[in-house]
Amino acid sequence: MRPFLPLLVAFVACSAQLQAQPGVRLGLIYGEGGARPGIFVLPVAGATGDSIRTIVMRDLDFGDRVTVLSKNTALPTPVGAAAVDFRAAARLGINGVVQITPAAGGVTITLHDVAAKQVLQRAVVILPGTPNTAAWRLAVHAASDQCEEWISGTRGIAATRLAYVGDGRIWLVDSDGANARAITQAGRALSPAFRPDGQAVAYATLEAGGSAIRVADLRGASRQVLEPRGLNISPTFTPDGASIAYAHGEDFGTDLYMVPASGGTPRRISIGRGTDNTSPSFSPDGRRIAFTSGRSGRPDVYIADEDGTNADLLAALSSSSQAYRSSPDWSPDGRAVAFQSQLGGRFQVMVISLRDRVVTQLTNEAANEDPAWAPDSRHLVVSSTRSGVRQVWVLDTETGRARQVTNTPGARLAAWSSRIGS
Amino acid sequence: MRRELVLAGLVAVSFSLGACRRKQVPVAAVTTAPVTGSVAGVDRSQLVRDSIERARADSMARLASSGDAVNLRTALEAGVRFDYDAADITDDGRAVLDAKLPILRANQTVRIRISGHTDSRGSDEYNLALGLRRAASARKYLSDRGIAVGRIDVVSFGEERPAVSGDDEGSFSQNRRAEFEILSGADALRIPR
Repeated sequence: MRPFLPLLVAFVACSAQLQAQPGVRLGLIYGEGGARPGIFVLPVAGATGDSIRTIVMRDLDFGDRVTVLSKNTALPTPVGAAAVDFRAAARLGINGVVQITPAAGGVTITLHDVAAKQVLQRAVVILPGTPNTAAWRLAVHAASDQCEEWISGTRGIAATRLAYVGDGRIWLVDSDGANARAITQAGRALSPAFRPDGQAVAYATLEAGGSAIRVADLRGASRQVLEPRGLNISPTFTPDGASIAYAHGEDFGTDLYMVPASGGTPRRISIGRGTDNTSPSFSPDGRRIAFTSGRSGRPDVYIADEDGTNADLLAALSSSSQAYRSSPDWSPDGRAVAFQSQLGGRFQVMVISLRDRVVTQLTNEAANEDPAWAPDSRHLVVSSTRSGVRQVWVLDTETGRARQVTNTPGARLAAWSSRIGS
Repeated sequence: MRRELVLAGLVAVSFSLGACRRKQVPVAAVTTAPVTGSVAGVDRSQLVRDSIERARADSMARLASSGDAVNLRTALEAGVRFDYDAADITDDGRAVLDAKLPILRANQTVRIRISGHTDSRGSDEYNLALGLRRAASARKYLSDRGIAVGRIDVVSFGEERPAVSGDDEGSFSQNRRAEFEILSGADALRIPR
């Protein structure tokens, strides 16, 4: 079931000098207020050392929680068992030093706390198989995520994958943009959605006589859950992975339905009375559902109970706006819903906090659509035309930083997996 | 229908065939008009588009009554267009659909598939539902006038199969459409009487 589980089991901290107190968060001691810790990754010995160092530095950078110092930073590399030069590190603005050394079957990764002048955490990471293969890179990403957790208290999101639509096929790509590969044949595939364990993707295919829902197991097999009769689109898994919610229409009106993920008899969950209802997304407890509906006469985002009752407009309209709002995605921590809203003829990505219903506009450059949350409930993957043509981008909702993930013109409708193997 | 039948004639047919063959040309010319210009400019380009649509619809009606198998097929396959975020049949759409009615009545074995399409502006997923609504709207127009629902399949491609590419109103209006495909029963079409 979970091919990466064994290596993560091997990934236990083996000699942290600071012992964790139960209930007390370990983290790096640094700076004031919201300042980010400066992290330097020492050069790594061995044939694959530079690859490992580059991947870890980029992962920590993409996590947006630390400032990664340049490879040219003049901190002396300790030789053998020598200690890190903490005084030099402090002078260079370094708060944490990441040291990666070869170990049997992998590497030992150590986080040095510069202010405390000691080792904060250390662990052995098994790197499986041939260097630079997908499994090997995933293990390095998992090490980066562990490191980010040691530093910030929150696990990173490097050991994840994105799925998106490009040229009529579903593609999978690592979180850093590496290993892009198509998982469907040429056709007209749309709307990939990860199973909560990250090991399968549901998607829709448009065929001559109708649209089907299919599930592709990431180890190869693909099977049809709903045959191409009528409209079957915008699938999403329930949080327990057992069912798929989707939109189905045959005549006037498209409603939300639910079907066992292994196939079976669908059950209707929205009562649109002839209106169009699409793009469901569940709250993490599976009890609420956000979706797009045209029930008021134009598309807007609603939330309802899981059985379709108690539907309510998600965000109040301001008096001046008659926006077209759609494509909600509920954050994994349950606290926010991202969606798109048409402003000046273009979609922009918005986030509404469910605590106070305050809406924040995250984008304003070019057109930005179809947001989907990362497992950290902080980053979003969107499709954006900011480079001139639609591509998949990652946005940091806290800093506004954006980075392009794909190099496939027209890439869109992206989804973000959970942390693979955790 | 009576009016179109009276109008039918060789002259009308040759005009309509010519208009049909050239139908992309004037629409393409319209796309170069500044759609974001003055209000008067927008209104003018809309008027031009409307008149082209009207001419196209009228020519389809004439074609349907001209009695040639190729023309009958062309009339059956003629598409209809829609307004933004709408699935209502427009006046022009009505003329195009009316032209199909006598052919479908005279050829009871003909089965068709209507595919609904949208422009690229809305949500990719919601547009699939809108496309289905457009196809269903066209089917309802025909079934309300006596064509059995079972003879008409509907399918949606949303914004996935644009007729033309382009980010201007001229392109958008050509893409907001329902297309008609003959599935079976049209090998020897009978002329409506």
